[in-house]
Amino acid sequence: MLISMNWISEFTDLSGVDIKELINQFTLSTAEVEDIYEMGKNIKDVVVGKLVEINDHPNSKKLHLVKVDIGSEVVECVCGAPNVFVGAVVPFAKLGGQVGELVIKEVQIAGATSRGMCCSEKELGISDNHEGLMILDDIYPLGTDIKEFMQLEDTVFEVDNKSLTNRPDLWGHYGIAREIATLTKRPLKPLELMDTDIYRELAPIDLKVENTDKIYRYSCITIDNITKKKSPINMRIRLTYCGMRPINLLADLTNYLMMEMGQPMHAFDNGKVSKIRVKTMPEQTNFLTLDGVERKIDTDTLMICDEKEPVAIAGIMGGELSEITDNTDSVLLESANFDAVSVRKSATRLGMRTDASARYEKTIDPELTVPAIKRFLKLLAEIDPGVKVTSALTDCYVKHYETITIQFDKAYVDKYTGIDISSNFIEETLTALGFGLNRKGDEFEVVVPSWRATKDVTMKADMIEEITRIYGYDNFEIKSTKSLLTPIRHSEDRDNELKMKLFLSERYAMNEVHSYLWYESKLNKEIGIVTEPNIRVINSLTAENDTIRSTIIPSLLGFVYKNVDTTPEMGMFEIGRVSDGLKEDGLCNERKRLGIVVASKKLSEKEVYFKVKEIVEQLLLAIKNVRPVFAIKEELSKYNYVHPVNSAKISLKGEEIGYFSVLNPKVKNKIDKKLNVAYAEIDVELLETVTAETLRYVEPSKYPGVTIDLSLLTEKELRFEKIAEYIGEYKCEYLKSFHLVDIFEDEKLLPGKKSVTIRFEFVSMERTLEGQEISAMTDELLAILKAKGIELR
Amino acid sequence: MLENLERIKQQFSDELSAVKSRDELEKIRVAFLGKKGLVTEELKNLRNLNAEEKKVAGMQVNMLKNEIEQAIVDYQKTLEEMEYQKQIESAERYDYSIPSEVEVGTLHPITIVQKKIEDIFKTMGFIIEDGLEIQTEYNNFEAVNIPKNHPARDMTDTYYLENGQLLKTHTSASQNTIMKKYGAPKPGEPLKVLFPGRCFRNENIDASHENTFFQLEGMMIGEDISISNLIYFMKALLTEVFQREVKVRLRPGFFPFVEPGFELDINCAICGGEGCPTCKHSGWVELLPCGMIHPNVLSMGGIDPDKYTGFAFGLGLTRLAMMKYNIKDIRLFNSGNLKQLRQFTK
Repeated sequence: MLISMNWISEFTDLSGVDIKELINQFTLSTAEVEDIYEMGKNIKDVVVGKLVEINDHPNSKKLHLVKVDIGSEVVECVCGAPNVFVGAVVPFAKLGGQVGELVIKEVQIAGATSRGMCCSEKELGISDNHEGLMILDDIYPLGTDIKEFMQLEDTVFEVDNKSLTNRPDLWGHYGIAREIATLTKRPLKPLELMDTDIYRELAPIDLKVENTDKIYRYSCITIDNITKKKSPINMRIRLTYCGMRPINLLADLTNYLMMEMGQPMHAFDNGKVSKIRVKTMPEQTNFLTLDGVERKIDTDTLMICDEKEPVAIAGIMGGELSEITDNTDSVLLESANFDAVSVRKSATRLGMRTDASARYEKTIDPELTVPAIKRFLKLLAEIDPGVKVTSALTDCYVKHYETITIQFDKAYVDKYTGIDISSNFIEETLTALGFGLNRKGDEFEVVVPSWRATKDVTMKADMIEEITRIYGYDNFEIKSTKSLLTPIRHSEDRDNELKMKLFLSERYAMNEVHSYLWYESKLNKEIGIVTEPNIRVINSLTAENDTIRSTIIPSLLGFVYKNVDTTPEMGMFEIGRVSDGLKEDGLCNERKRLGIVVASKKLSEKEVYFKVKEIVEQLLLAIKNVRPVFAIKEELSKYNYVHPVNSAKISLKGEEIGYFSVLNPKVKNKIDKKLNVAYAEIDVELLETVTAETLRYVEPSKYPGVTIDLSLLTEKELRFEKIAEYIGEYKCEYLKSFHLVDIFEDEKLLPGKKSVTIRFEFVSMERTLEGQEISAMTDELLAILKAKGIELR
Repeated sequence: MLENLERIKQQFSDELSAVKSRDELEKIRVAFLGKKGLVTEELKNLRNLNAEEKKVAGMQVNMLKNEIEQAIVDYQKTLEEMEYQKQIESAERYDYSIPSEVEVGTLHPITIVQKKIEDIFKTMGFIIEDGLEIQTEYNNFEAVNIPKNHPARDMTDTYYLENGQLLKTHTSASQNTIMKKYGAPKPGEPLKVLFPGRCFRNENIDASHENTFFQLEGMMIGEDISISNLIYFMKALLTEVFQREVKVRLRPGFFPFVEPGFELDINCAICGGEGCPTCKHSGWVELLPCGMIHPNVLSMGGIDPDKYTGFAFGLGLTRLAMMKYNIKDIRLFNSGNLKQLRQFTK
């Protein structure tokens, strides 16, 4: 919103105030100023001149040679405006003067000498009218500098509208002036209003509000005998400077009032509107708004109607048929207060946001409607003294906001601010801002003024803002808190999350990635991934990505596909969220999952399988000091990217926490036949339910141990875990450990079999074991294994 | 006998000068000092002499023995030095300029920046929490004082799910849960929490817009937490985050979940506050929203607003990462593009 300092100065005397500093103060205390414009400074030596002679230009049909009387002399100049006539009083820029960027010099125009310039309104920067010269009233002595009667010089600043959303009172100059008066500690002048009590005896307007839920107040009055069509020049300048296009006196005045008091108003041609009915339409209706567009009005939109038909969309825009025209001499003036939510929703549905609707959306003060009419009448009568009020001020006050009273004391302010703000400062500030104040020492009872009481100020905490923003945050002494020195226990879950990320990136040189919370269905289709149905987003802009993922793996496989051409050797991981269906209460079962994927063209599929298995095992050992247990789980093959044979669930202390797999050929072949991919998914929250094993130190034996490598011949399909289980059946206090050394397979040498070499370590804590003891133990062990069908090779 | 000794001495000296290796030296040692060595023989011969002769000759033999022993030790050192020199001369000259090439893993740039900030906050006693990404309307809106019909709810940029839940639009969605989890703080032990999280906006993606991004929010609640404390913490923390002495200024800003609410600006890093195109000649750059937690928000979190106050602030983590790494295109973060992501080694 654009704010004119000239306008502000009407309400508070700013003489001697540094305006730039004041505007900076405004940013820090009230709302952000985005820009400051210095208006009219580039208009110099433009005076009142009268055209006394007009001749055709010898070399041009469009141009004229005019003689301009500027009091002290008559100056010749070349003028291209179509509206020249002898006797026209115009702004004339003298030699050495300035109009915008243009410095006036003696110039030759098409062979004729021009010693000055007659100006249009656009050239003076006060409207976009460039159709001809600006014609001035013939009331000023010739040669008078136009700045003596035109308020061209002004400082205009632009306030960020977003920073005003919660301040309905700041959507007009008077509200801004109140802030500025408070900031400069100067008095705020009251608005000059016309007394309407004298019209009390006149007949009221026939007004009925039918939908009371969408409106707070409707006030109106009728005025006749309006003769003036054009607004005074300074009013037009202000409107232009504040971004409004001047139209005609009545339209300009309603806009002027809106810009001044923040109260939108509407003037209906009284000849076309006789009664006012405020209501919604019983059925969808077409309505022609004054911008010439036919609108479809639904049954929720509040309308202003006369007897027969709608004449305006309440709070948004008037209709074309009742619009003020140049022939209008009688108006019905509306000053109303419509419900903010209703206006906002209607404006959104209609796709039209107007200056009026923008203000109503902010929940403006219903107390404004009547003063706005009184102010309108006051200004109108000054401009057009012959106007006549023809109705009583008709006012239907549907709903009142409650008066808000807030009690607090200085101690509350001290506690909230952490500094010492005096009670006198509190009193002065709140009084200046218009709060009713009852102070007893350091205790305050405050009545919130109506213009702040619609939603903005409701409680004690709001008083803090009022006091501190005027006090100035720059003036705060800044202090640390006083608190006890207590240890902070950080959550192990979060620490572990970071530990896992560091482990994977540092130990296995993997890259952390982030992927979306939803399935990318196009991509999944491309690589043949079929995902389970899951809960969906109902309003996604990218409708094909509307399903929330229930597993993180498809996202990672998508990344594998995207990277395979440029970086086929990859190791990626992500800790991200999924929704594994819904919980019993209907809410999403949001889970945190770790996904790991290894892809390679160099490694064989078997190698990537074992790589991922190793990563999982080492990761879990690092985090929980527990070795995971793997097992086949047939249900995993419900995912078409899981390998039906080469996949396994991962359990930790009996808790199933995830699975790993090589990529199913169906998907693999679509990504890249040569790319071997294996991956794992672990539910991080399930993982965190498993308590970590503390590390226990075992004193090594002082006596040397003996290691024996045994190559065992087993069935080819026998898993190592079985062999380990059988070995575990041999209870021997000296068998300290055993490790897999090698697995040898050869269809020719060992058909249907494999040779598994295991290193056994025997050691005693008390003595050196004798050779024959060792061989006796080995025999015992082999005897157990033989019973299981495993022989020494 | 004495001539004998003289001869042995000469012989030793001759032979020693020809020695080239430790093995040869050992041979000489055995030849002269070994069990049957020449000097040893002479020592044995002493027993054939009378006492007077024995005394003289014994001294001579022992002197010779010592001399030879010393010469061998000395010569051994010379040999070692020679061998060492030879070893060094023949050593291969390694090229230190050959680069080491080890595959390095990387963390996501968000993780890196987040960790750095978390570490700073941890040093000031903040607990780190995170919340759900799929939230209820209550947590995301109601509980942070954005009631039904509030314009913020109209915004079409919230992702709503079939079951009425939504994808959280801001980290503030975790405030209520955290307050309820920890409850009212004990006297002198204010609740200090930092909660980073992934947020969502239903908008089209381009170089500067993402529908999925990270924010970070912090709050401190206690019996006497004041605006003065808020300014102090912000200044201290931002000085650490940006690794420079940061000036902060507060302006009124409206956010439903704080009262009063502020926009916090920091002095422009480019010009230091003098004014430049980056800061639009104001000397200040808008950085983060903050404020005193709204009494309604405390109430809904089960914390008595008459007794406790608190401040909260939010920071765009994704934006911060873009600033730190000079990332121009926000789409990098969720691209999974390894050529890009492999660069973030620290």
